[in-house]
Amino acid sequence: MQRIGVFICHCGTNIAATVDVKAVAEALSHEPGVVFSTDYQYMCSESGQTLMREAIREHKLTGVVVCSCSPRMHEATFRKAAEKEGLNPYMVEIANIREQVSWIHKDMAEATEKAVILGRAAIAKVHLNKPLKAGESPVTKRALVIGGGIAGIQTALDIAEAGFEVDIVEKQPTIGGKMAQIDKTFPTLDCAACILTPKMVDVAQNEKIKIFSYSEVESVKGFVGNFKVEIRKKARYVDEDKCTGCGLCTEKCPQKKVPNEFNMGFDTRRAVYIPFAQAVPKVATIDANNCTMMKTGKCGLCAKLCTAGAIDYKQQDQIVEREYGAIVAATGFNPLKPDKFNELGYSTCQDVVTSLELERLMNAAGPTAGTLLRPSDKTHPHTIVFVQCVGSRCDVENERGKSYCSKICCMYTAKHAMLIREKYPDTDVYVFYIDVRTPGKNFDEFYRRAVEQYGVHYIKGQVGKVVEENGTLKVQASDLLSGEQLHIDADLVVLATAVEPDKSARSIATMLTASMDTNDFFTEAHAKLRPVESPTAGIFLSGVCQGPKDIPETVSQASAAAAKVIGLLAKDKLTCNPCVANSNEMLCNGCSSCEKVCPYGAITYSDKEFRGPNRTTLIRRVATVNEAVCQGCGACTVACPSGAMDLKGFSNRQIMAEVDAICKM
Amino acid sequence: MQEMMKNRAYALLENGTVDRVLGWTRGEFAYDMTPAVFRNADEVKNGFVYNDFCAANLSKYLVKECRAGGKILVFLKPCDTYSFNQLLAEHRIKRDMIYVVGIECFGKADVEKIKEMGIEGITGITAKDGIYTVSTIYGDKAIKPADVMAERCLACKSKKHVVYDELIGNEGEVVEDCNRFDMVAKLEAMTPDERYEFWRGELSRCIRCNACRNICPACTCEQCIFDNPNSGVSQKAAVNSFEENMFHIIRAFHVAGRCTDCGECSRVCPQNIPLHLLNRKFIKDVNTFYGDYQAGEDPTAKPPLGKYEKNDIEPGEAGGAKE
Repeated sequence: MQRIGVFICHCGTNIAATVDVKAVAEALSHEPGVVFSTDYQYMCSESGQTLMREAIREHKLTGVVVCSCSPRMHEATFRKAAEKEGLNPYMVEIANIREQVSWIHKDMAEATEKAVILGRAAIAKVHLNKPLKAGESPVTKRALVIGGGIAGIQTALDIAEAGFEVDIVEKQPTIGGKMAQIDKTFPTLDCAACILTPKMVDVAQNEKIKIFSYSEVESVKGFVGNFKVEIRKKARYVDEDKCTGCGLCTEKCPQKKVPNEFNMGFDTRRAVYIPFAQAVPKVATIDANNCTMMKTGKCGLCAKLCTAGAIDYKQQDQIVEREYGAIVAATGFNPLKPDKFNELGYSTCQDVVTSLELERLMNAAGPTAGTLLRPSDKTHPHTIVFVQCVGSRCDVENERGKSYCSKICCMYTAKHAMLIREKYPDTDVYVFYIDVRTPGKNFDEFYRRAVEQYGVHYIKGQVGKVVEENGTLKVQASDLLSGEQLHIDADLVVLATAVEPDKSARSIATMLTASMDTNDFFTEAHAKLRPVESPTAGIFLSGVCQGPKDIPETVSQASAAAAKVIGLLAKDKLTCNPCVANSNEMLCNGCSSCEKVCPYGAITYSDKEFRGPNRTTLIRRVATVNEAVCQGCGACTVACPSGAMDLKGFSNRQIMAEVDAICKM
Repeated sequence: MQEMMKNRAYALLENGTVDRVLGWTRGEFAYDMTPAVFRNADEVKNGFVYNDFCAANLSKYLVKECRAGGKILVFLKPCDTYSFNQLLAEHRIKRDMIYVVGIECFGKADVEKIKEMGIEGITGITAKDGIYTVSTIYGDKAIKPADVMAERCLACKSKKHVVYDELIGNEGEVVEDCNRFDMVAKLEAMTPDERYEFWRGELSRCIRCNACRNICPACTCEQCIFDNPNSGVSQKAAVNSFEENMFHIIRAFHVAGRCTDCGECSRVCPQNIPLHLLNRKFIKDVNTFYGDYQAGEDPTAKPPLGKYEKNDIEPGEAGGAKE
């Protein structure tokens, strides 16, 4: 029989205001095996831990139950305290009476009863707990960064700077991401390319960094410190090692009519292309869907022209397997396509553009060489209307957009307005907004300059309709402050569309077993205290894939993620979780069910000798768990038909004992 | 047929290909055909019987026979070959220790149905030109096979052998228009209360003889959880209706995705409980949710419940009983 001590935490008033902690301590003191039961204001405090340690010593406790907050919060704290008194840390169980009781119940009697029940379940489990000892596993000293935008670039550079190898997997032919398409950056108005491309060059030149461009993550196996990742290098029909990036093929390719995605389709590129002048790696890519040679087998001009002999029409996708200790998701975002907003005319009027499209129309390297011209007739727009929050801050039921604020639109619209007023002072600029949100260093000052110094017309209100009439965009809007209906004849309308996570993020999250929220943003291990880690050990988050953010914030988070990765890679060994599976060989059928479901490849089989009936020897195929590889997910324990597979610390009997204790009236 | 099988057995024993033969022999009654192992030509000569009462699936007996060493000849009907493959996939039997002779099958007779026709004193059965001749102590009776065929044979899913070393008779095809899910669909159409009543009516007859478990080729555990006092569900006899239900439901869950629908559970049930319907419901659901899958068809296939794919159905999408 265990000698169990029970400790009820008040958590200030967090628990004590809803749960009668004294009554819980009293009720649990009568449970079998409980020799000590008490309550205390803050169990996690130094004095709370001392109280627990003294009780362990004084009452010779063999097991401890702490009724407090979620085990994610303080299980480690209490286990360490128990260990200092010589108790095996795995003899400590937590009953979560904060998140699962006091925070979700209002009625004290009800909450108290539930707290007692959860305490009872934890006591029932401790009775079956056994001391466990943790093993160790090695760490592969290389990191993978998925996504080569500014987030991925910064994370990779920082990790490489600390001396560790980093691979970047980027699905586009070049790294650079969205920032490479942007013209100027707020609040300083320096050119995006001027600050981004040196970093891209740093990445290319860094010996520790390997870029897998035009590649995608195919599969992820393993666990923290020991991931095995398959990377699909998509066929680009150009030998990366041979191509010098001279660009001859991209100038001579006869297929000229392919919409240029880098310039948001405002101009065209060839079927063989380099997305932009500063691309890294500077290697051409053949777009098989548009290449005449690939489609009809006739042409082959680029291969004839290429002096390096880099063109290879027969190239196949290649799967590369690499090992990593840590993985960083930096999958970024895309602007929402506003085609559900019919009233704003994006699909019908050529001169209604999104903000990212405007970036290209204003960019010196863009389709108009930096002169702002309307897409329809290539004339200077004299009246420009900006519409804020297109697809952001929508009703939850409204399936047109997102419920969240995209955070960056207020600032970039102020930037656009200011740049246009600066360059073309004869232009009238209107900005329709719900609120103007500019928290951030020098951000509000920046917005106020747009209003006060540059005379941008900011109007609180929404645009209801945009229709084209004889080349003019008739904008109908309401001014909420004056209560007036406005009719503006505009030449150009710019929609500040919501940012949404890249579509690839969901399948990557599935492969990484990292969780996502309802908007497909990756969730953090703790929203406030562990913002760059995913709840899955060894998976880190960088940039907009975790939530909308601007460049300075992305870069800080990218460096923060890098710091976490460096902290992990700097270790030679990781302490394993001792709550791993083990197989009872007497019950094992050798059927391989467990091996098939094991996501970590932790289970192997071997033929072993057993004693059969009548003094015979029997050779049976039985499962063995590699404890250093097992992550204790428990999938094998439910797949096993005979119940031979069990999880230490969470055995079937322990879980059944908890269920029984909860059901016992 | 019987003579052809016996001749192959003699030949294979003679040339040393196999050491033993797994087949059928007469039990207490003439219709009571029992699996049996024959060690030599004499035993085959005296004991081996094959006729349309030989319904037993011999695959499961190979688990034990593989442990006894030597090489064994087994005769498998098409549906039995699925069980064979499933056992291979689960490493319960060793392919190189077994010589499989596939035998053509037109369906097996259900003696209960013959008895229901008022026929008594049965001494044998022969099939010729699509007609059964049932011999009795009162003389021969001619019956149409369709009238007395076992339910599982009327709803036969495949006349194709998915594995064999040699074949006696012709190779058949997978039955495309098999109607084996008709009754499941009827049960699904019932209200939860009606369905509960249906199953209580059936399962309340269970006497926990364990025949269904003992015959099941998917139930080959070293120690069954129902016999393991540490499992938390071990029991000898059902104490109440809850345990009566749970034994069969747990068993259906244990064989889900592995059951080949051989129908042995229902065949051996002395209380005539249609246990195969529980398994067929799982098979139908697996087909619906994960795409058509026949356990045992391909021993190297990954079982739908034992693998994970990114586009797997989410638990909430599968739906459940509607109130």
